Amino acid sequence: MTDALLLESMAIVRVRRETSDTFTFDLDARPRGGFRFAPGQFNMLYAFGLGEVPISISGDPLKPAVLTHTIRAVGPTTRALEALKKGDPVGVRGPFGTPWPVDQALGKDVIVVAGGIGLAPLRPAIYSMLSRRQVFGKLCIAYGARTPADILYDKEIEKWRGRIDVDLEVTVDRGDPDWRGHTGVVTGLLRRFELDAERTVAMLCGPEVMMRFAARELESLGVPAACIYLSMERNMKCGVGSCGHCQLGPSFVCKDGPVYPLTKVEPLMSVREL
Amino acid sequence: MDIWLLPRARLGELIATLRARGYDVVAPTPRDGAIVYDTIESDADLPIGLGDEQSPGRYRMVARGDAAVFGYAVGPTSFKRNFHVPTERLYRVERVGGALRFVPEPVAARKVALLGARGCDLVALRSLDRVLQGDRYRDERYAARRSDVVLIAVHCGTPSASCFCTSMGTGPRASGPWDLALTELTTGQHRFIVETGSAMGLTLVRELGLRAAGTLDKIHAAKVPIAAAESITRRLETDALGARLAQNLDHPRFAKVAERCLACTNCTQVCPTCFCTTVEDHTELDGSAAERHRRWDSCFDLEFSYIHGGPVRPSVRARYRQWLTHKLSSWHEQFGSSGCVGCGRCITWCPAGIDITEEAREVGSPRKAEKTT
Amino acid sequence: MNPESLARSLAQHPFCKDLTQAQVEFLAGCAKNARYDAGEYLVREGSLADALFLVRSGSVAIESHIPGRGSVKVDTLGPGDIIGWSVLLPPFRWHLDARALAATVVFCLDANCLRGKVQADHSFGYAFTLQLLAAASQRLTHARLQQLDVYKAELR
Repeated sequence: MTDALLLESMAIVRVRRETSDTFTFDLDARPRGGFRFAPGQFNMLYAFGLGEVPISISGDPLKPAVLTHTIRAVGPTTRALEALKKGDPVGVRGPFGTPWPVDQALGKDVIVVAGGIGLAPLRPAIYSMLSRRQVFGKLCIAYGARTPADILYDKEIEKWRGRIDVDLEVTVDRGDPDWRGHTGVVTGLLRRFELDAERTVAMLCGPEVMMRFAARELESLGVPAACIYLSMERNMKCGVGSCGHCQLGPSFVCKDGPVYPLTKVEPLMSVREL
Repeated sequence: MDIWLLPRARLGELIATLRARGYDVVAPTPRDGAIVYDTIESDADLPIGLGDEQSPGRYRMVARGDAAVFGYAVGPTSFKRNFHVPTERLYRVERVGGALRFVPEPVAARKVALLGARGCDLVALRSLDRVLQGDRYRDERYAARRSDVVLIAVHCGTPSASCFCTSMGTGPRASGPWDLALTELTTGQHRFIVETGSAMGLTLVRELGLRAAGTLDKIHAAKVPIAAAESITRRLETDALGARLAQNLDHPRFAKVAERCLACTNCTQVCPTCFCTTVEDHTELDGSAAERHRRWDSCFDLEFSYIHGGPVRPSVRARYRQWLTHKLSSWHEQFGSSGCVGCGRCITWCPAGIDITEEAREVGSPRKAEKTT
Repeated sequence: MNPESLARSLAQHPFCKDLTQAQVEFLAGCAKNARYDAGEYLVREGSLADALFLVRSGSVAIESHIPGRGSVKVDTLGPGDIIGWSVLLPPFRWHLDARALAATVVFCLDANCLRGKVQADHSFGYAFTLQLLAAASQRLTHARLQQLDVYKAELR
């Protein structure tokens, strides 16, 4: 009997602080023989006595010994997770949801557009593409954050920026006097990449309004709507489409999403409070 | 298919036979001024001589003036609660060593006979089956409770003023599969005409030693749901309804109904197909253990759509729209049928008397949408 | 650079993509190349708007100086962007600072020359203004999105 609601206990092996309200922890997946997932999928994480939250997997799919999540502490459960230390147990179930279309992008140019903590669910896709970089065309990454202090994975970003086969631009909504990079919204960066628009796959993750603007900009640059993918957020509670909470029109974000082609969600995004 | 005669005086034997076979018999029974489904011990627990009067926002249990046992429509409960239970403990969580141990709560699997199930409620049960055990993932707790169930239907002869099963194609005649289907005849000798629909049904008939029904009785019985259908006046035009609603998500009618809707969640509680749940966590006072409980939830609750930052559907307008369009539109795409069975419960039990057929008609009418938007 | 090759390279700039060849050549009559080192100001808030810049390479910050907070960046612009629609709008003063963040190469279009051409040839003026409007509209859209502060955490 498989029970999709049954959690398993996994121990934290490493905690990293990313920004003032965001942290990353690695869970030890070795005792269960590794944790396999596809980039874009999420897990339900359980904090003892407080409840579960859906958190995307942000680690490397080729390194199944550790299961990595980057979490922003915004509510009681995520704040309880924030208080955990190395060695503490976390309840986990998953992986759930649809993946990024990494395989569909073979031989094509790829543009990754991330906003805020939206970089976390995209990182496994970036790892996956970098692991077999030669089978893709251009790999462009546009990342927008609120301020320079809110930039996730800054050391890794510098490493990617240093690669000759990656075009990466980072922008912030509000700079500070020391900030030497771009200021302005992430959509403003998109025109700067030299993409073969008709043969480009776009992967977008961030606040819904940012994705709407970015998707429109990509379409105006000539990227086909069917090749623009977005990761949607709704109130995922069960992960398997049976609790009803995460419905977005006719679809359950937890099992039919979170990653959707723009063609599927565009009509739904324009309806308020759907 | 053979058709049999069960005299009213022997109905108790059917119940006793089921009980002897280890089945809890869940049937209509009067309680607190309404006819509800619950476990009964004998035919004396049935609503003998009772009927109901229903209309938008109103329910009254009334004396019929005869001795009919199935002489009413459906009450506030449905069979949903027997399998998709209103609240249950899923797990206990213990701290063992440095790890968490999740101990599943066992499901007390019981054999259940549903006696007196109307066509609408049987279709609702099939709908729940599709959602909870016919999908990619299956709810094992539901499946365990649903694994040994005898269905004894009643072809409905007494729809209420809230009913619209004829529009939804779910009644008054109960379409199979069922094990037995009864038609109650009260003129002349009080009796039931019994159809068998399964090996189990046939076994029960043989065990009771029923004799075949006469031709005249068969004709009388066949007329009961036909007359019932003719008495139903509430209508919902279902032709392309799903698409018509999906095209009118910003229809001003939603704002109008939101002025009346109290977001009280009554409709989702009484609906036989509403399946949404949430999980709540409790911790023991000393912090040594915790529990996870699942309970019915409602899309009318503000918290239902919460994501960090706030609820996705803050307005009652959006929440009513979610409920209506889920039932009548997106359910088709999700599960291949309508989520509404036309039982009329949401109409009767709405304190504001909101009528789903009226709202759907307004929203799904393109002509009016053009005029008002 | 001779006038023909200046017009040719000007035609490559996204700002000119919807202008006819004749219009680009007409526009080239106001253009010259310019280069700014990192840290150098292209324009200063309050000074006379004497040129429109089409950025060819490099990076330019749009800033405002706030006493006590220093120079606050509101936008950064790069290749393909334009700077300076104040050139057509009285009183012809810059509203913000523009400072090169890296070595930056631009086409510099003389303001007086531009105003003269826009007046003299209304069909050119229309095409030119439409390009300016498109850039302004995009900049405004971005500014509005920026104002929404979409990454802000809503604490529960």
